[in-house]
Amino acid sequence: MAKVLVVTSGKGGVGKTTTTAALGAALAQGGQNVVVVDFDVGLRNLDLVMGAERRVVFDLINVVQGVAKLPQALIRDKRLENLWLLPASQTRDKDALTDEGVGRVIAELSPRFDWILCDSPAGIERGATLAMRYADEAVIVTNPEVSSVRDSDRIIGMLDSKTVKAEKGERVKKHILITRYDAMRAARGEMLTTPLLGIIPESQDVLKASNVGSPVTLNNADSAPARAYVDASRRLMGEELAMVVPVERKGFMDRLLGRRAA
Amino acid sequence: MSMKLLRLFGSRDTSAPVARERLQILLAHERGLLGQPDLLVMLREEILAVVSKHVTLDPDKVIVRLDRGKNVSTLEVDIEVPNDFEKSKAAERRMAG
Repeated sequence: MAKVLVVTSGKGGVGKTTTTAALGAALAQGGQNVVVVDFDVGLRNLDLVMGAERRVVFDLINVVQGVAKLPQALIRDKRLENLWLLPASQTRDKDALTDEGVGRVIAELSPRFDWILCDSPAGIERGATLAMRYADEAVIVTNPEVSSVRDSDRIIGMLDSKTVKAEKGERVKKHILITRYDAMRAARGEMLTTPLLGIIPESQDVLKASNVGSPVTLNNADSAPARAYVDASRRLMGEELAMVVPVERKGFMDRLLGRRAA
Repeated sequence: MSMKLLRLFGSRDTSAPVARERLQILLAHERGLLGQPDLLVMLREEILAVVSKHVTLDPDKVIVRLDRGKNVSTLEVDIEVPNDFEKSKAAERRMAG
């Protein structure tokens, strides 16, 4: 039985898709069988960040509507054989998703994987509520700024009321992940009374990884954000690690030339 | 290896041109997709329809792979056909099962 983990935030542009790809890859690098599922119907991007955009044949909606079987829609990562992608539809809209249909897909994925990572769309509408609907755990991605923290608080409220777990009187295990952390304008996550999963520093490596379509933990494993994501994945696996914000390691040439890490 | 060498010799970020090329290919396909039916999707459906006239297709035994390229795209349709492939037999089995 897989653990269902939703990567959510409320606010857009905070790094949900980057985080889904990086955490998914980091868990897979750690030997886990992982599927990352894009719930952003109509505005899919996880395929692009995973570098699988040219290989999408069928999608989540096709599976929900019975047009395609699940194995036909799953795309295996070219770098890690235990990492799979279930893309969203680009042409349909979120109303094509149903609670019952999503439940069926999750139930069918569950025996095949250790982790099902659901990449939520921004907002608090149908797409976002369906992405969290069957979650056992949630990673709330937030940036160190007031609007992002406020939206995270709202999302935590929804995780405690609108999920299947919440309706059964159980709790969805929640983790805060701070992305785009810049030590110069630090505002720590203690504002929210939810345990911190990790702090991902602002870095050009994240942009570069998206550009080439490779999760940052694969594209540049030594980079500060990659190390932070690997730490976060190990915390998800139950390890206790000290919370440190990785910093860029400057190479000899960089130092010699006084180059910025860019 | 050559990429690492390039990096060593002072070339800075090489990811932007890669992103540009990937987006060009993707957007060309997606813009076409919104205006008219996607040729590859049409081909896929018609090929499967023709094959299923003669053989009962087991959806689990059909693998469709797609690779959208800049100048050429490939559609790979891999259909496993059992040796006793007469449609009637397969249909009978299905009814019985």
